[in-house]
Amino acid sequence: MNLLKTTTIETPKSNLWQDGWKRFKRDRLAIFGTIFMLIIASAVIFGPLIYPISVNKVDFSLSSAPPSWQHLFGTNDLGQDQLARILLGGRISLAVGIASMLVAIFLGTFIGAIAGFYGGIVDGILMRITDLFLALPQLPLLLLIVYLFRESVKAIAGAELGIFILIVLLIGGLNWMSVARLVRANFLKLREMEFVSAARAIGAKPSRLIWIHLFPNVLSVIIVAATLSVGNAIITESTLSFLGLGFPPDVPTWGRMLFEAKDYLTSAPHIAIFPGIAIFLTVLSINYIGDGLRDALDLKN
Amino acid sequence: MGQYFVKRLLIALPTLVAISVIIFIILALAPGDPLGEFASNPAITAEVRENIRKSLGLDQPAYIRYFKWFLAFLKGDMGYSFNSRSPVFELLIQRLPATLLVVGFAYILGLLIAFPLGIISAIKQYSATDQIITTFAFLGFSIPPFFTGLLFIIIFSVQLNWFPFIYNSTLQVTDWNSLIEQIKQSIMPIAVLALYHAAVLMRFIRSSVLEELQQEYVRTALAKGLTQYAVIKNHVLRNAMIPVVTLIALDIPALFTGALVTEQVFRIPGIGALLIESIYRSDTPVVMAITFIYGILIVFFNLIADLVYGVLDPRVKY
Repeated sequence: MNLLKTTTIETPKSNLWQDGWKRFKRDRLAIFGTIFMLIIASAVIFGPLIYPISVNKVDFSLSSAPPSWQHLFGTNDLGQDQLARILLGGRISLAVGIASMLVAIFLGTFIGAIAGFYGGIVDGILMRITDLFLALPQLPLLLLIVYLFRESVKAIAGAELGIFILIVLLIGGLNWMSVARLVRANFLKLREMEFVSAARAIGAKPSRLIWIHLFPNVLSVIIVAATLSVGNAIITESTLSFLGLGFPPDVPTWGRMLFEAKDYLTSAPHIAIFPGIAIFLTVLSINYIGDGLRDALDLKN
Repeated sequence: MGQYFVKRLLIALPTLVAISVIIFIILALAPGDPLGEFASNPAITAEVRENIRKSLGLDQPAYIRYFKWFLAFLKGDMGYSFNSRSPVFELLIQRLPATLLVVGFAYILGLLIAFPLGIISAIKQYSATDQIITTFAFLGFSIPPFFTGLLFIIIFSVQLNWFPFIYNSTLQVTDWNSLIEQIKQSIMPIAVLALYHAAVLMRFIRSSVLEELQQEYVRTALAKGLTQYAVIKNHVLRNAMIPVVTLIALDIPALFTGALVTEQVFRIPGIGALLIESIYRSDTPVVMAITFIYGILIVFFNLIADLVYGVLDPRVKY
């Protein structure tokens, strides 16, 4: 025991994550993005609880009213308060973004890990599938599937939850390919390294090799891809809602609000501007965080 | 080279078949009959409905319908629209010019913006110019195109009154005035699409040029006494453009799907708008044809990108 103690050399405590955090802190835009994202996240989580005006209160005397002290973001054509709707819509946008990201990362990591670890014919088949998914026309397929299966998921899981699950599975299921490719490429490189041979030599099973030895080494790649995919998923969901094929009309998602606003651009442009800015700022913050993480964790490509 | 081409083609063709099968399966699995409208119409008896189904070939099993559809598609016969009863091919031909106009010009405009800005921002890395350009690019692809479109309408149509609000599809370009009208109404949709495209491309060009600038051969060329301009023009750009050119090809299908949204914002009657209308009307033959055409575009331009890459970069192993 004593011997061991003397041979350990005092090294300054540092690892990838601490170094990464140090670099991340110095990136002003990434910090700006993080702070902004925290503000947006807490606003949409706690906002609807605190904010006194109801989302669904229709008041035709206040139809399309411009921003005022009573209604900071104005009202829409039905006289509903825009701020309340944006706060509630934000919950859906963020939830869809995060849940789709989890689906995409899970699928991508799993497929990439299996392909990269086993190589050979397994790799060949999985990569052909990945290529096929990359060649699918994403937006048209999304529109088509949501349209066709909207009613049946509604019957199974209810109007709001059903659509939520459908959209999340679809966006996630059409966006795992880049993660799979990244994970696979890193696995191919890593599995030839000595620490893997060492682990193999002492009898580690494939599942242990994959999840205990290889996976932590690709975590930084996955984190960056995950961050950027949240922004992507938010845009995709808003696009669906904007085309009128997202959540049911009474659910105020940001894309849906823009869809409704497009008929009032002349008379009440504020109906379009606020939800649009909400999407823009959220996605911008996420992209800055993702970019900052990429630089901080020193990932080329 | 010939062998490489054949190999790529042998990958591309099964991919196309697979895409068509996937689209077909989705439509076959979907609940609800494409003839749902007829089913709920009390004026149509069960017998008549059965005859309509037969005349449309809907009484046969799915795989037979698939083969029939696929063989007909190869011959250019995409079936008839349930809704308008006219051939799908004719509908597409009607709608295609509007889409091609917007996509084509947006593509060229995007390249014209992205190339100089991307190269300048790489050469002057960390300068104020670079900061402004990269920020602009970052904003450009964080803002969803449909919001840019609405903003443009609010600013340029509603406030400034420069451009018309809604695209007039009946406009015929016959003389000078109608040409100006056409240009005026096309500027906003083209700009929206071009800006998004340029933002993505610009970042890519910048990083590609930056990577080449760090290479040893650049230092050698500068040490030989070549001017910076000559080094960049003759050495750096040639190498930096290899990945960029392939991206330019890969981006074309993305522009077509981007046009889907732009057409909806500005109410341009292109194929994207046709797809959305047809989805709403359950017009299966049209939906299938358009979705498959998007798939063909992707596979085709993937093939082009591979080939261009092979021609430009002799290091690629065939």
